[in-house]
Amino acid sequence: MITSIDLFTILPELILAVLGMALLMYGVFRGDKAVHSVSWLAVGAILITAIAISGQSDSGQVAFKGQFIVDQFSVFMKWLILLGSALAILMSLNYNEREGIQRFEYPVLILFATLGMLLMVSANDLMSLYVGLELQSLSLYVIAAFRRDSTKSSEAGLKYFVLGALSSGMLLYGASMIYGFAGTTQFDKLATLFTGPNADPGVGVIVGLVFLLAGLAFKVSAVPFHMWTPDVYEGAPTPVTAFFAVAPKIAAIALLVRTMVGPFGELFDQWQQIIIFISIASMLLGALAAIWQTNIKRLMAYSSIGHIGFALVGLAAGSEEGIRGIGVYMAIYLAMNIGTFCCILSMRRQGVMVEGISDLAGLARNQPMMAAALAIFMFSMAGIPPLAGFFGKLYVFMAAVNEGLYVLAIIGVLTSVIGAFYYLRIIKIMYFDEPAEAFDRSAGREVGTIMAVSGLFTLLFFVFPTPIVGAASKAAAVLFSAAG
Amino acid sequence: MMEIGLSHYLTVAAILFTLGIFGIFLNRKNVIIILMSVELILLAVNINLVAFSVHLNDLAGQVFALFVLAIAAAEAAIGLAILVVYFRNRGSIAVEDINLMKG
Repeated sequence: MITSIDLFTILPELILAVLGMALLMYGVFRGDKAVHSVSWLAVGAILITAIAISGQSDSGQVAFKGQFIVDQFSVFMKWLILLGSALAILMSLNYNEREGIQRFEYPVLILFATLGMLLMVSANDLMSLYVGLELQSLSLYVIAAFRRDSTKSSEAGLKYFVLGALSSGMLLYGASMIYGFAGTTQFDKLATLFTGPNADPGVGVIVGLVFLLAGLAFKVSAVPFHMWTPDVYEGAPTPVTAFFAVAPKIAAIALLVRTMVGPFGELFDQWQQIIIFISIASMLLGALAAIWQTNIKRLMAYSSIGHIGFALVGLAAGSEEGIRGIGVYMAIYLAMNIGTFCCILSMRRQGVMVEGISDLAGLARNQPMMAAALAIFMFSMAGIPPLAGFFGKLYVFMAAVNEGLYVLAIIGVLTSVIGAFYYLRIIKIMYFDEPAEAFDRSAGREVGTIMAVSGLFTLLFFVFPTPIVGAASKAAAVLFSAAG
Repeated sequence: MMEIGLSHYLTVAAILFTLGIFGIFLNRKNVIIILMSVELILLAVNINLVAFSVHLNDLAGQVFALFVLAIAAAEAAIGLAILVVYFRNRGSIAVEDINLMKG
């Protein structure tokens, strides 16, 4: 029986689903001339969902016989996801209009992808994990190929689909092994099963866990499962890339953290080695492969692989402090990426989008404000104090050092120094190269505002870090109080 | 007379899963074959789930298998739709032609 507690627990998701479908109907009846109103209504729907989520923030509630969980961790991550999705819709308004891909499906698909992400973050069972993940992925495949008359975009969609389907298959195979050898799919029951002095998980569960990890690593685009990222980032329309870079990454990282710390918390020794390996590999690849990129969207793809590597350092530490570090890191990562993509969206010359890094030459003289904003984001991504990116890295590396993972922390710092090279190169090109032709000055009010706000956030994070760090520590604490 | 037990089902599923993975990576001809390989992987998972469900005498596995079936259908539909869009732009669905961007 479905009780009213179940319905209240899942209320934000229900609201989002109903509003998403209502907007779909509205769009179908009004046609593509309704794009503007559908987009703003979609932002409104996300806002209502956010309000509904904040209304339940202090409840550690399990619903639907343990399928679904709402706690401070899920609330924190959902806030970030909703913020990323709303900004992605706003950023697309002007772009889609100018590129002639103004279709009402875009905001609706983003709403459905967001719904999938919310379900992922709240999943408390392998089944709800899979269903949420697929709702998100299926919407994302379509959005990647959204510019359907472009070969590049449809190729990006096709590649994303094939590799995404493969990763879901691996994740499912892992889930079936865990179900078979542990006898349950529920996270709570799995956690109790592995607790205790003579609890033996057995080889079957470990094999399943490895498959599950491989599938999830695909979704966060950690090395060695990263190969789709640069192509999809380059091929997809730029606002879509901005969306891909933030919301799905945050959701997948949250899912990874919950799955590893919750049901498999007692198998820490088994999964820690894997996380350490993919973390080091991602940091190295993110730092080295980006150096030779000439396309800024591709560069951002490698940069995001590197950032995921840094965030995974916090998970490898496996402590409450490490998870808090991940929370802070993802919040800062969201601001930096959204801001950078706003700058990329403003790179338009005589009505045509340009994506080369060399196109930024001499930007400081043509558009000093945009150059300053992009410089802030690049310095922040390189991890230069006192900008926000530095604190993100500080929290995860501190956690790793406190758990005795010195080698991991040292490799992290070294790769961050190597990575600084290509971030600083962009700044050098903007400030010291001969100016190229100026960009058009009309990326839209929304883009300019978002760029300014995220720039200020990145710049001034060190003045008042308490709200975000406090929320992240509450989110981390709840995971460990439940597991311990 | 040999009795068919859990391990036989698991072996079949493992073989199908491996076939699916290899079908995706080794095939150079046609994207449709990749779609079929994806279905093969999901089929392997379903065999696994149902076999475990019967073995454990627990219904959750069969429920899971139904979810997988439903989502597999949606996934195939979306995959084919993207493939059609791609074919319209490119005029080919050979795997070696999907090389506009090099990863």
